[in-house]
Amino acid sequence: MNSNNTRRYITGRLVLAVGIIAVSISLLSLTILLMDSFTDGLKYLDWGFVTSYPSRFPDLAGILPALFGTVWVVGLTAVFSFPIGVSAAIYLEEYAPKNRLTELIQLNIANLAGVPSIVYGLLGLGVFVEVLAMGRVVLAGALTMTLLILPVIIITSREAIRSVPREYREGAFALGASNWQVTRRIVLPEAFPGILTGTILSLSRAIGEAAPMIAIAALAYVRFVPKSPFDRFTVMSIQIYNWINMPRTEFRDLAASGIIVLLIVLLAMNSVAILIRNKYQKRGVG
Amino acid sequence: MAHNVVKNPFTYSDVDELPLETKDPDSKVKANMISARDFNLWYGAKHALKKINIEIKKNIVTAIMGPSGCGKSSLLRSINRINDLIPTCRTEGTLLIDGKNIYDSKVDVDDLRRRVGMVFQKPNPFPKSIYENVSFGPKIHGVTEKAELDSLVEKSLKGAALWEEVKDRLNDNAYSLSGGQQQRLCIARALSIEPEIILLDEPCSALDPIATTKIETLMRQLKDSYTVVLVTHNLQQAARVSDMTAFMYIGEVVEFGNTRDIFENPRNELTENYITGKFG
Repeated sequence: MNSNNTRRYITGRLVLAVGIIAVSISLLSLTILLMDSFTDGLKYLDWGFVTSYPSRFPDLAGILPALFGTVWVVGLTAVFSFPIGVSAAIYLEEYAPKNRLTELIQLNIANLAGVPSIVYGLLGLGVFVEVLAMGRVVLAGALTMTLLILPVIIITSREAIRSVPREYREGAFALGASNWQVTRRIVLPEAFPGILTGTILSLSRAIGEAAPMIAIAALAYVRFVPKSPFDRFTVMSIQIYNWINMPRTEFRDLAASGIIVLLIVLLAMNSVAILIRNKYQKRGVG
Repeated sequence: MAHNVVKNPFTYSDVDELPLETKDPDSKVKANMISARDFNLWYGAKHALKKINIEIKKNIVTAIMGPSGCGKSSLLRSINRINDLIPTCRTEGTLLIDGKNIYDSKVDVDDLRRRVGMVFQKPNPFPKSIYENVSFGPKIHGVTEKAELDSLVEKSLKGAALWEEVKDRLNDNAYSLSGGQQQRLCIARALSIEPEIILLDEPCSALDPIATTKIETLMRQLKDSYTVVLVTHNLQQAARVSDMTAFMYIGEVVEFGNTRDIFENPRNELTENYITGKFG
């Protein structure tokens, strides 16, 4: 009894220690990364940086076109991927017959989520830029990003839909509700916060992705802001990548400034999404 | 049979509001509401209901009792075809409501479920307000007028003996209610669509004795307007509430008759062993 208690105590302590170490490692690396970016990046980070075009003079260089490009691409990606992804998830969870074909589709979606993003970039280059002759424009970039994050949105939305208790569905069906009425009025309101979380995480991934954009976005200096989905563009991740590849160290500091702006946009987007989610969660409970 | 040897452990003295003589005054002359004819049900390879034949009469409480896994819930869940939600479930034979086979391919299942309300084992209100829980059913069936919804909500909550307790807090979340109140809310929800039949699947198994008493009283009142079918593993409850009782064992109806006869003069040895507590 006593030795058993001692062993349980030691095991408990051990698990706690491992947990603390794991959290510390990730926090520490994040802190180092942030500190490094901030020490290098703060030098150039001012309002001028956000409102200027890239330049060969580090003091004059800014991130404006890339910032607009990212907002355009991510915004359009959200508009495309959310309805398609959620509809696909609803179909798979609530309507699709549980058979081999459905299983095959599910397996493929899971596989697609694991495909390297550069492959999507090349697919986008081939299909949207070349075959559909859109050119290297915002729309082509957004559609490529949509393909990239759709599998993740579908998978997380399905999880959210599946987590709605069976009792709610049964209760609604027992009242003679149709499949759509149950989905629309019972399942979706409950699953919405989870669906939103999945979508936000996917979009956050899209913001930081550079690989799929390499093939589509403009790589060189972009001295204009996209005004429509049919304009050429660059995104922040590409701009940062460009600066890092420059020989002069000042441009690496500019890259660090770019990273900070990227992080701020990311945080802003996540906070808005969390606010929306909390609002819906409260409505669900109270 | 050995019913003289083993004394029936149940006295009917706890049937306070309803004297014994009136418990099944005229069940023999009531019309059949639900009839199963050689009804079979499988979950995958598992044969859960075997050649069920039973006639459930109108405007009485019929209890289905039996040990766990005997198929009593499966039979109940066949009556509103909520079993259809289980992909591996398939049936054979006929189940008639008002003389029409509800397993006919032409039957509109949503409409069937509007006519057959159901209350589940665990109270399962929707995570919405009390008002929205009760108005959900009428709304999905096309009632949009506020005044009509209001009166339906009030009528249903009164029918479930819950109105007095919640009339001042209709906009509170349903989960702020106690377990017993939640279950009565679920009964009100079932009443809101004005069904003909009400199915109750062990409605008190998650409730305390006081809440149970309230629901049992309610069940006896409901039969004036509805045909009530109650699944229970609680023998006393079946004795207290029901007019007729079916005893099921491993997918078959072993015995079916007036509750009093089943409890006092069981014809089948299995029934008797179950009632006297030799297994359960």
